[in-house]
Amino acid sequence: MDLSAIDPLVLAASLMIAATPIMLAGIGELISEKAGVLNLGVEGMMITGAITGFAIAVQTGNPYLGMIAAMAGGAALALIFAVLTQLLLANHVASGLALTLFGLGFSSLLGQPYVGVRPPRTFKLEIPVLSDIPVLGRVLFQHDLIVYISVIVVALVWYFLKYTRAGLILRAVGENHDAAHALGYGVVKVRFLAILFGGATAGLGGAYLSLVRVPQWTEGMTAGAGWIALALVVFASWRPWRVLLGAYLFGGIVVLQLNLQAAGVRVPVEYLAMSPYLITILVLVIISSDRARASLAAPGSLNRIFHASH
Amino acid sequence: MTEHTPLLEIDGVTKAFPGVVANDGVSFSIRAGEVHALLGENGAGKSTLVKMIYGLVRPDAGRMRLHDAAYEPRDPSEARAQGVGMVFQHFSLFDALDVAENIALGMDDPPPQRRLARRIEEVSHDYGLPLDPARLVGDLSAGEQQRVEIIRCLLQNPKLLIMDEPTSVLTPQEVEILFTTLRKLAAEGTAILYISHKLEEIRALCDHATILRGGKVVDTCLPGEKSAREMAEMMVGARLNTPARAETQPGDVLLEVSELSVTPATPFGTKLHDISLQLRAGEVLGVGGVSGNGQDELLAALSGETRLPKSEIVFKGRPIGASGPNARRAMGVLSAPEERLGHAAAPDMTLTENALLSGAVREGLARRGFIAWRKARAFAERIIAAHDVRTPGPEVAARALSGGNLQKFVMGREIQQRPEVLIVNQPTWGVDAQAAAAIRQALLDLSAAGAGVLVISQDLDELMEITDRFAALNAGQLSAPRPTRGLTMEQVGLMLGGAHDMEVAHETA
Amino acid sequence: MMRLEKRPSPSRLWTAATPVLAVVVTMVAGGILFATLGKDPVAAIRLIFWDPLFSEQYASYSRPQLLVKSGPLILIAVGLSFGFRANVWNIGAEGQYIIGALCGTAVALAFYPAPGWYIFPLMVIAGAFGGWAWAMIPAILKTRFRTNEILVSLLLVYVAEKLLAAMALGAMRNPDGGGFPGSRNISRYEPAANTELIANTGLHWGVVTAFIAVIFAYVMLHKHMLGFHVRLAGQAPRAARFAGVRPGALVVFCLGLSGALSGLAGMFEAAGPAGRISIDFAAGYGFTAIIVAFLGRLHPIGILLAGLLMGLTYIGGEIAQLTLGLPAAAIQVFQGMLLFFLLALDLLSNYRVRPGRREMT
Repeated sequence: MDLSAIDPLVLAASLMIAATPIMLAGIGELISEKAGVLNLGVEGMMITGAITGFAIAVQTGNPYLGMIAAMAGGAALALIFAVLTQLLLANHVASGLALTLFGLGFSSLLGQPYVGVRPPRTFKLEIPVLSDIPVLGRVLFQHDLIVYISVIVVALVWYFLKYTRAGLILRAVGENHDAAHALGYGVVKVRFLAILFGGATAGLGGAYLSLVRVPQWTEGMTAGAGWIALALVVFASWRPWRVLLGAYLFGGIVVLQLNLQAAGVRVPVEYLAMSPYLITILVLVIISSDRARASLAAPGSLNRIFHASH
Repeated sequence: MTEHTPLLEIDGVTKAFPGVVANDGVSFSIRAGEVHALLGENGAGKSTLVKMIYGLVRPDAGRMRLHDAAYEPRDPSEARAQGVGMVFQHFSLFDALDVAENIALGMDDPPPQRRLARRIEEVSHDYGLPLDPARLVGDLSAGEQQRVEIIRCLLQNPKLLIMDEPTSVLTPQEVEILFTTLRKLAAEGTAILYISHKLEEIRALCDHATILRGGKVVDTCLPGEKSAREMAEMMVGARLNTPARAETQPGDVLLEVSELSVTPATPFGTKLHDISLQLRAGEVLGVGGVSGNGQDELLAALSGETRLPKSEIVFKGRPIGASGPNARRAMGVLSAPEERLGHAAAPDMTLTENALLSGAVREGLARRGFIAWRKARAFAERIIAAHDVRTPGPEVAARALSGGNLQKFVMGREIQQRPEVLIVNQPTWGVDAQAAAAIRQALLDLSAAGAGVLVISQDLDELMEITDRFAALNAGQLSAPRPTRGLTMEQVGLMLGGAHDMEVAHETA
Repeated sequence: MMRLEKRPSPSRLWTAATPVLAVVVTMVAGGILFATLGKDPVAAIRLIFWDPLFSEQYASYSRPQLLVKSGPLILIAVGLSFGFRANVWNIGAEGQYIIGALCGTAVALAFYPAPGWYIFPLMVIAGAFGGWAWAMIPAILKTRFRTNEILVSLLLVYVAEKLLAAMALGAMRNPDGGGFPGSRNISRYEPAANTELIANTGLHWGVVTAFIAVIFAYVMLHKHMLGFHVRLAGQAPRAARFAGVRPGALVVFCLGLSGALSGLAGMFEAAGPAGRISIDFAAGYGFTAIIVAFLGRLHPIGILLAGLLMGLTYIGGEIAQLTLGLPAAAIQVFQGMLLFFLLALDLLSNYRVRPGRREMT
């Protein structure tokens, strides 16, 4: 075992990369849950994004076009969920599961020609001046575009929820859909948009996995990232900046675990690979055991079916 | 305040829902500065009518005119833009948002938060309903929550303010504060459409009344010139019988509650403090209080849904605090919660299944856990027959019954099990007058037969009518019970916490 | 624009008809999917739904396979249906299935090569216990700490998969296997083998258990207070508390039952059709069973039929893969679509759809 092979700087830099997919998926799910919709299809939307992004990037040779396609792919899947739950009033849990099961199958069908193909490279965006700062510059400011975008998205979501009227309406719809309806707000419309946003960011997160982090296409490559993103929202108590914090913490665990594997720690690889899931469960337990806070933070109408009778 | 053209004119408005004509050619008008009562039983069509005026529902036929121009609001924001505001019976508020955010949501073009907060303070003070814009709405009392609704409307300078059952959540003193505000508004020229079935209040407040029955306007009157009883009979369209009760001597103590305290499971629930009471055989004990003062928590503690230390509840000398609902039922302590759909009954289940829900133990509907469906159905049929429940049969889903019929079924289900102690919460909430009278009579008969009946209710008139003793539940604390006979409304109001420590700005303003 | 109107009572006709309708719609949509993949849609649908049972070429092999594939699906889905009815969402059956298989196999390997009639019964107990214990993790976390059982049970699937890999490569690896991953073949170790009970039917103990589970579930749900309380808790949780149901106990019961049945399914699979523990032992039955449970309307008889249908798509999918070169994932897509259409059509049993303007969107 050679722990000295682990370079803390590389570790810090790579945790940002490891964190980006779940941060993107998590912030989208946060918006959706704030509007009162628990979408358990994150895993399915992520993997759909992963393959559509990969395929389009390979076809066009442009990774950014791929990422846009991934957002469209994730949103398209989310649209199915929105139609099922908002228009056809189907059970949210079952519909989310259906989305995940379908997404996993659909992506592997779509991905068959792409197994073993190398995607076009994305470029690192070294922020001038800042990236030259010793230590910090290397850790924080020498990443690809999406890493920065993910942070900006979190900031925008925070601003949107806290300071804009549309954000207030979204929170109101999630808190009490009957009251929002009585005041004349379009509950279904707001939720549709929130679900689509969640799908788009989950898709982008998936594409980041297949195009940047790995980068290649393998079946089922999200390996539970979507579920971890769902847990992340609970961890964050539905607050945007905590999604960022949680994602980086989680990214750190993943990267550390991978580094320990590489360094040849005398624990079987499989047990190390379990750790992200186990730690996620542990964190969920700690967060949800705090009775008062957990129930205060969750949107009041989360997971309730809305049907305006008259 | 005498303008000749009406502010709002309703002309032949009709609205049908599947299976029911909610409004059938309704016409009436309201002048500026007038307080106009809309009277009627549940299901008479009051709610549908005001929802049309507020743009939530669109009429099938008929015309509405506002300010002498065609008025066809497509949604509430259009109604608000034309000066129509509404305060809902079930508040359209958001518990986890603060007062200012709640108010901003009810406005179409709210000013920035800081300016809005200042406006809220000003306006709420001017009208004698002070409010702190930064507090979370879920932490406010029911009366204060209503203020939020009212201020939300007032900030938009409405020409017409619709109030749907506004006093059902207020103490008598709070009602007075509200009336002062409404009179002030009317004097400023705002028209108020006031929906209620509390007739004394209408007599005290309203200039005109339109009476609806079965979706039609059946009468109009000047409330000041009619007695409450006359108006009630116009509403019902029949003579009303007051429940009759035989004089009984209270017997032994059946149920004794001592120093019961419960911490709520939900963030906006009410904590119960040191509640003590005694319930005797043959008496009806009333627990009054404004909604949200611990009624649900008290019922859950008495029914066994909330488990307590053993000795906090004693039934005929046996501590039962730690027993669950079925153990208590086996002994003879039964209960009926307030919410019919989802608590007392499962909406999607049949009446037979709902009869089984609480009747399994006492009626022997299951042996070793195996259900005797035939007996369950027979029990359901017995309830239906004994309590005049209008339904095609016991295999109909509970949600298909009207509120009054389902309530008769739910109350009948407990009464038919011959309880020794029956605890009910809001036994006649949202029930038409005749069904309500039948339910009250059934409760009185039960107590006359020797059972102890505990009635938790927000309807003070009901409690005055049927109870022997009255106690007030206020912020989770129960006052000492007093004999009901001879209590005045003012005394009751003070027992209920007066104006709930809310600042009474009218007196200072 | 269409208007939805809630029915006073759920429609019995539509409740029974929607699954059938969903299957038909899925066949059409699946046909379109296959056509876009460049396959003859009619031939593909025929291969999947007809040929496994009735063609001379395949039926002798595939008919027995029907029970082999359907058995675990039915067994798991019956367990899940209790929880789904009570709003307790165990979606980690796949993990419980794996752990059940590991526990059952561990017992077999511990006795190997000793004889003894008691070995197989012990494996059954171990398998059920393993699945039950794995499901108790989300159950206890839910009742103690109110942790969401959906996320925990699902995350534990990944943990179970890693554990499976660790076992197949480590502790349970066949010492005589020349270093290849995977355990001994316990289906060839007679006291531990879950053998075919009637030749060429595919009927093994797991299938028998599945049938027993269907009957048990039917009696429970329709004749017993426990089943009544399960249904009540799902439809009206407050009414269930009023009826004396303790929510925590119900969570433990539902997760425990589905965990035990999933564990049994895994154990029977390991000792029978699969024969051993290997890295790719988990075949997704735990997830497909979710579809089976919904397709069967959470009703035991419905689940029986839905399980057989789903088993058929597995076998038919394999045949289509061999003869038409249809990708394996196409079947997964097909199953996913089935669930979509089912959920979409569900609307018809609870609502009436009428033409006309909607009140206030």
